[in-house]
Amino acid sequence: MASDHAHATTSDHAAHDPAEIDRHVRVYITVFVALMALTLITVAVSYLDLSTPMAVAVALFIATIKGSLVACYFMHLISEKKLIYAVLGITVFKFVALMLLPALTHSNGYWIPEEHPVPAATAPSPHQ
Amino acid sequence: MEIPYTFEERRDTGLTNGKIGIWLFLASEVMLFGALFASYILIRVGAPSWPRGDTILDVPMATFNTIVLIGSSVTMVMAWASLMRRQFGKFRIYMGATVLLGGVFLVVKYFEYGHHLHLGEYPRTNNFLAVYYTLTGLHMLHVIGGMAVNAYFWGPGAKLYKTNPVWFTNRVEHSGLFWHFVDLVWIFLFPTLYLL
Repeated sequence: MASDHAHATTSDHAAHDPAEIDRHVRVYITVFVALMALTLITVAVSYLDLSTPMAVAVALFIATIKGSLVACYFMHLISEKKLIYAVLGITVFKFVALMLLPALTHSNGYWIPEEHPVPAATAPSPHQ
Repeated sequence: MEIPYTFEERRDTGLTNGKIGIWLFLASEVMLFGALFASYILIRVGAPSWPRGDTILDVPMATFNTIVLIGSSVTMVMAWASLMRRQFGKFRIYMGATVLLGGVFLVVKYFEYGHHLHLGEYPRTNNFLAVYYTLTGLHMLHVIGGMAVNAYFWGPGAKLYKTNPVWFTNRVEHSGLFWHFVDLVWIFLFPTLYLL
């Protein structure tokens, strides 16, 4: 175990100088203001008379920008190590597959279309 | 036995074990919420009709909660920045504020749930409410979990700062990553459940 430690470097957190932390803090405040503004825009847009597909597209677009800001700056993904990107790359791939599942299921005809109702003859007789 | 790479980074990955661990955990969390989101899409698209969230749910209350949660993410990251500057007093203030804002979120949620339950709107009432209670309920459990960890680091867990400030800073960073993830999930839950 001691030899493992010999191959390690001390966390770069300890090496950050105060000026760099100050720069980080300024970024956090800017991101906070942006997130507040985008939240208000999301609510304001919901009061517009948009069609459902357009409303979904706009809401998810704004949510994606907000999520990216949180992930990139609060979670420091903008300057993370390669291994973390690799883990997240696999996660994103599988997440997208999950999101596509409903569409794929629909195209396979999983749902019974409304224009093909169950024939009346199959309904149980009240005398049975 | 000493736990390796708690505050020192491995040369090959440039990461501490804790950092890799929390990201792997968050990856599993993405899939957990992803599965529920996919189920929501399936149920909603397959339904003959679906109500707009704002006709059933309280949008101003949820907007307030969104602002509270985003605010708590900022105090969380400021708590970490305070530790990086070795300002323990400020860390205590920001971390305390983070836990407090989490509490505000839960109180608002309590009133929101209480209102719906008072009206007889239960998860069994319809698919919309089933999805609403499932997604927001699971998210709320994450808020409670995050608050518990943050409260521990604010209180008894802070003893580590005296003996190993770098390790303690890393731990706070990792709990912060979880807290930001909880915020991120809410950022998507809010429009999809309350506004669309």
